[in-house]
Amino acid sequence: MSVESLKAHTVEAAWAQYDAVDAGPTGLNAFLSVDREGSLAAARSMATSADTADLAGVPVAIKDNLTTLTLPTTCGSRMLEGYVSPYEATAVRKLRDAGAIVIGKTNMDEFAMGSSTENSAYGPTQNPVDRSRVPGGSSGGSAAAVAAGVVRLALGSETGGSVRQPAAFCGIVGVKPTYGRVSRFGLVAYASSLDHVGVFARNVHDAALGLEIIAGHDPYDATCAAYPVPALGASARLADGAQPLAGLVVGRPVEYFTDALDPRIRAHCDASLERLRALGAVVRDVSLPHTTLAIPVYYVLAPAEASSNLARYDGVRYGQRANADGLREMYERTRSGGFGAEVTRRILLGTYVLSAGYYDAYYRRAQTVRTLITQDFERVFASGVHVLFTPTAPTPAFRIGEVSDPYDMYLSDIYTVTANLAGIPAMSQPIGLVDGLPVGGQFMAARFDEATMFKAAAALEHAMGMEGGA
Amino acid sequence: MTATTPATGSAIDWELVIGLEVHCQLKTRSKIFCGCATSFGEAPNTNTCPVCLGLPGALPVLNAHAVELATRASLALGCTVHETSVFARKNYFYPDLPKGYQISQFDQPIATGGTIVVDDTVEPPRVIRVHRVHMEEDAGKSVHDRFRDATAIDLNRAGTPLIEIVSEPEIHSAADAVSYLRRLKQILEYTEVSDANMEEGSLRVDVNISIRPRGVQALGTKTEVKNLNSFSSAERAVEVEFARQRALLERGGRVEQQTLLYDEKRNEVRSARSKEGSHDYRYFPEPDLPPLRLTDAFVQEQRASLPELPAAKRDRFAAHYGLGAADIEQLSVNRTLADRFEVVAASSGEARRAANWMLGPVLAAVNASGGALLDHAVDPDRLGALIKLEAQGDISNTAARQIFTLMEHEPTEPLAIATRDGLLKVTDDSALVAWIDEVFAESPTEAARFMAGERKLQGVLVGQVMKKSKGSADPKKVNQLLAARAE
Amino acid sequence: MSVTNDDVLHVAQLARLAIDDARLPGLVAELNGILRHIDALQQATLPADLGERSVAGMPLRADDVPPVALQRTREAFAPSTRDGFFLVPRLATHGDAGASAEGDA
Repeated sequence: MSVESLKAHTVEAAWAQYDAVDAGPTGLNAFLSVDREGSLAAARSMATSADTADLAGVPVAIKDNLTTLTLPTTCGSRMLEGYVSPYEATAVRKLRDAGAIVIGKTNMDEFAMGSSTENSAYGPTQNPVDRSRVPGGSSGGSAAAVAAGVVRLALGSETGGSVRQPAAFCGIVGVKPTYGRVSRFGLVAYASSLDHVGVFARNVHDAALGLEIIAGHDPYDATCAAYPVPALGASARLADGAQPLAGLVVGRPVEYFTDALDPRIRAHCDASLERLRALGAVVRDVSLPHTTLAIPVYYVLAPAEASSNLARYDGVRYGQRANADGLREMYERTRSGGFGAEVTRRILLGTYVLSAGYYDAYYRRAQTVRTLITQDFERVFASGVHVLFTPTAPTPAFRIGEVSDPYDMYLSDIYTVTANLAGIPAMSQPIGLVDGLPVGGQFMAARFDEATMFKAAAALEHAMGMEGGA
Repeated sequence: MTATTPATGSAIDWELVIGLEVHCQLKTRSKIFCGCATSFGEAPNTNTCPVCLGLPGALPVLNAHAVELATRASLALGCTVHETSVFARKNYFYPDLPKGYQISQFDQPIATGGTIVVDDTVEPPRVIRVHRVHMEEDAGKSVHDRFRDATAIDLNRAGTPLIEIVSEPEIHSAADAVSYLRRLKQILEYTEVSDANMEEGSLRVDVNISIRPRGVQALGTKTEVKNLNSFSSAERAVEVEFARQRALLERGGRVEQQTLLYDEKRNEVRSARSKEGSHDYRYFPEPDLPPLRLTDAFVQEQRASLPELPAAKRDRFAAHYGLGAADIEQLSVNRTLADRFEVVAASSGEARRAANWMLGPVLAAVNASGGALLDHAVDPDRLGALIKLEAQGDISNTAARQIFTLMEHEPTEPLAIATRDGLLKVTDDSALVAWIDEVFAESPTEAARFMAGERKLQGVLVGQVMKKSKGSADPKKVNQLLAARAE
Repeated sequence: MSVTNDDVLHVAQLARLAIDDARLPGLVAELNGILRHIDALQQATLPADLGERSVAGMPLRADDVPPVALQRTREAFAPSTRDGFFLVPRLATHGDAGASAEGDA
């Protein structure tokens, strides 16, 4: 493994860049809390001990829904304002074990519900590429922190595209691994069956390496697979020769290339597919017929699970509590005061679809369609297709405040949510600009085949001359 | 239901319909979804961790031993253990429910369809069917009497592994309900699945009760009675609730579906609406736990680990030892007693006497000492020897009981004590005649009346001889000698 | 399918959320807007049988694995504690009750 590009960026350099772009009222608002003293001290002690761990001394940023011992974990919510977890997420611990130094926690849509980071109780994050625009979401703070050069590696989380979509909007690489590849222990749950820990980096190799470090079996997560973790960083190395992708079959799902897609984004995708052909890959049109049902399925299942996952915020054991004389009143005031509009909406929606008389029509039906969507992918991968290539998002980053209808916002995840439903690995990488705004291209692969995905992504990245970041 | 209201008395023959839901704590070291200890009586909230506190980001991981115990209990109840079962979330708000949902099994429980014998004195034995067994986590405790101004929450119990055993609603008397509970507790103890102690809360019973005119198929509206601390309180609660429903319906009223608490002191039930609002638990499969898969090999392994179960033991005791039903019932109440009985029966070669000894003097002595049967000073070998002496007629029953008491305090063999203390039966005529002479000399009036034909005094005289001999005289021989003297 | 004011208030009550009167109409409209899109699920024709799906069983944990340690005291994150207990407002229905109320378990 090679980590030179990650190690070249020190904690001190991170703070210098942070001060330049994020600090103060005119900053990006990418970070919700930072640990300057602690991280600098850790960097100094690591330098003197000549730690040779993979990520020794590498500054990293963590989305604020992964629990950390040193900094609060608020999930972008008033509900958890000031809450410091008494235990640490497995993914964070693995980064620390590899020598990484956590410099701060990043902004996010409240409880990861959103696609723009505008739903944070602590104000929106700005897109470093164009500060009038959103960085995407829900992991917008982590994406912005990497895009702005504060850190070169950051953790985010995905439930419907919350790593890939902000990566696309900010012009960086974002990876969502196979469901079960990375432990969710310590990832504050939004929708457990769809939640993933993901990685942001400036290039494919760094993202693959970051994933390799946080991946692997965890006895504290029953949904985390006991699969061995291959050398993912190495998989992102370029094969020799003019046609490094010879033998690779790339599927182009026709349902992702409809009229809803911005034609300028489509043009970049077509160009990328051309490059993949030039690299030796065979590009084949494939069909994933249930794609159009993915957003409806997602907006049944995710709110349903969320309504249950967020029941624990009752003011009894931790977090904010509103004063009240009676228990009932205490619950309602705590929860209504602690949750923002989008979270409230999704809890109500999720409670509704699970409630007596509606379960079969919504939840059960959505589970069936989820299986059909999964089978669509299985069929395509079984037919000899190795990876799929699609746009990541239907539009480039929109302006802060531009999208107000909740469902229009949901459509921002139209190309990403399928991989969460199917549990397959997927990633976004920069493939061009539209009006100066980054456009992301998405690779998806079969379950636990991140290595093939990284190989294709690294080849495309190289062909575009973007290894150094966008 | 047509509620004819007779002017006096009851014209309707009401049938009582009872279904039992029994929660039983599994005897694991740690909780069902985390490594916290299940130990009892610790300082509040000390046995808690991120998982059982429901902290943000914590996830459940199922305890393998809880699965083994649940499987064992299910097999012992004659249930079908399912290859796949699924955990679900039961969503409701309560301050002692840390996550806002209880992880339980809903539409795919670990096992279904067993039976419990409630009466094996009839042929065929009467059974109540077990509808299902499912696994779930316990809630914590809300303590209302600790502070005047607040309810106190202790989550030490939260996450304790439970199985819920649900009967079919086919129990028709309080006596059968109690019999079902006794037998169930016995099975849980035999299989070492649970301490099954109602007083300590490791066995908790909810009773669903409805009534209907006999012959009617449809079930009446049921109520659920909770807060039962013993089998006898369950029995009384059933009677009280039966009477309440009957009176209600006969007055032309309606039974309202509700949860009731039994008040032991007042012997009455009262409404227990502690959870506000309507119930809609919004069950859905627990996404944090994939389905539980049990291989055939695992189930067979658990089956092989089962001890002889109570019903089989009762059958064997009847067939092999020829004991009566009442004795068998008592001897098989727990494995320790049953096993000890069998050892004593073998060492003495006298099953019936062994049964009488175990159920009489031995249990009395153990209870008096406050210790455990297994620790009792009179080990099975010495007890067997004692019973043998008695059976052979070498000592009287009175002497045997004296010797038993002595054996509790000294490790001496019973024959040695009998010899040392002169407790062997004296059958030698000259010794017996000497004692009779002494009695005649000391009680001349009775002796004279006896000799004059007042035969009913013979028993008094025998008693005096026995006393004089300190129980060692053979009463049969004394009787013969006295009868001969009066001829 | 669509929801009414009453539906939303009922669901809010289940979810222990208080909804402002002023907020209710907007919320109902937003939820109905979302439900309209979700109704695509109702239109879809689904196969009666999805075929055999092999889903992996869950890994189990040994009984003697220690718990994840709390690296902060409960008092450090709990809103209200006394003598080691978490405190909540007194439950009205237990004004005079001496016994501990059971949850549903």
